[in-house]
Amino acid sequence: MRESTIMKIHYGTALAAVALVAVHILMRLTSGGFAESLEYEAVLANYKFIPYAIMLELILILLSVHGFNGLRVILLELKQGKTYEKAVSYGCLAAMFGLIAYGSRTIIMTNMGMV
Amino acid sequence: MAQVSGIADDQSSRTKTLRIARFNPEKDTEKQFMEFSVPVEKWTTVLETILDVKKHYDHSVAVRYSCRQATCGSCGMIINGKPRLACFTKVSELDSDVVTVEPMNNFPIIRDLAVKFERLFDTHHKIKPYLVRDDTELESDEKEFSQSPEELEQYIQFANCIKCGLCNSACPTMATDSSFVGPQALAQAYRYVADSRDKGKDSRLKIIDDSHGIWRCHFAGSCSQVCPKGVDPAMGIQLLRGYMLGFRS
Repeated sequence: MRESTIMKIHYGTALAAVALVAVHILMRLTSGGFAESLEYEAVLANYKFIPYAIMLELILILLSVHGFNGLRVILLELKQGKTYEKAVSYGCLAAMFGLIAYGSRTIIMTNMGMV
Repeated sequence: MAQVSGIADDQSSRTKTLRIARFNPEKDTEKQFMEFSVPVEKWTTVLETILDVKKHYDHSVAVRYSCRQATCGSCGMIINGKPRLACFTKVSELDSDVVTVEPMNNFPIIRDLAVKFERLFDTHHKIKPYLVRDDTELESDEKEFSQSPEELEQYIQFANCIKCGLCNSACPTMATDSSFVGPQALAQAYRYVADSRDKGKDSRLKIIDDSHGIWRCHFAGSCSQVCPKGVDPAMGIQLLRGYMLGFRS
């Protein structure tokens, strides 16, 4: 993939994540107070509410893509070399998919009442 | 290796201390400074003081220079911590009794103040620093590639680049990323991309669109701060990004 395409995704995910995280924080503040919203039952209820679960999944994907690409950029600037750069790119990609898979598993399991 | 020498009876206010970094990569492990007491007038440039030292005290000081009028871009060095042209910097404007000269950062040192320019010229050459046209258009002797003043305005300041390397020396990304194209080459890429006579935009954008290309610029702006010719490479890079993101065509 061309670097410009990657960076367009990088900027796009940043903007989308800011918007969705703002919605997420507003939901926390407006649904009966911040402290109450973090209680175990309230968190489970959020996951079981499908539109909210979808939004959390989207935030997870956006932040993972943006964050791991940011990490890739930092590591590429830290050191250079063909093998190192390949290892960094594929390593970040694998870590990104790993985190998305693990987070999605949590969201799906909680949504389906398995927790 | 620190040494103090100079004209014995010249301790007036017109005498300054010149500290020259000495380094031979074949022998030394780190830079050492030699100090010289040099006479200066209000018009004396840093290059003139270095040449004075070479002439009277130590001819082995290595320095590259040529035109002495900020045109050739040969005498770039770190003067009192900032990349500058030695021929274009008056000692009086430094407002200091001690003038420290070191080789430019982010360049391999040949010896003392002279650095290797290979990487700068390689990256400059890589972005095709010339007008790309269809061959058929160049066959006619009568054809002119006319431009409006507005079209000229788009790139003209970038045509002032003298390839002195000060921008690359000041760039923080260059310090860590040895493969980064650098502000000099990127600004020149913009110079040709923005030229209405040029047809090589796509190939040029493709060259700088890699993992060590234009996207590694963090817009520190140091390159623009140090340019002796008033070129603004940081702005050129941002304008070039506009082409890559589709905001400009």
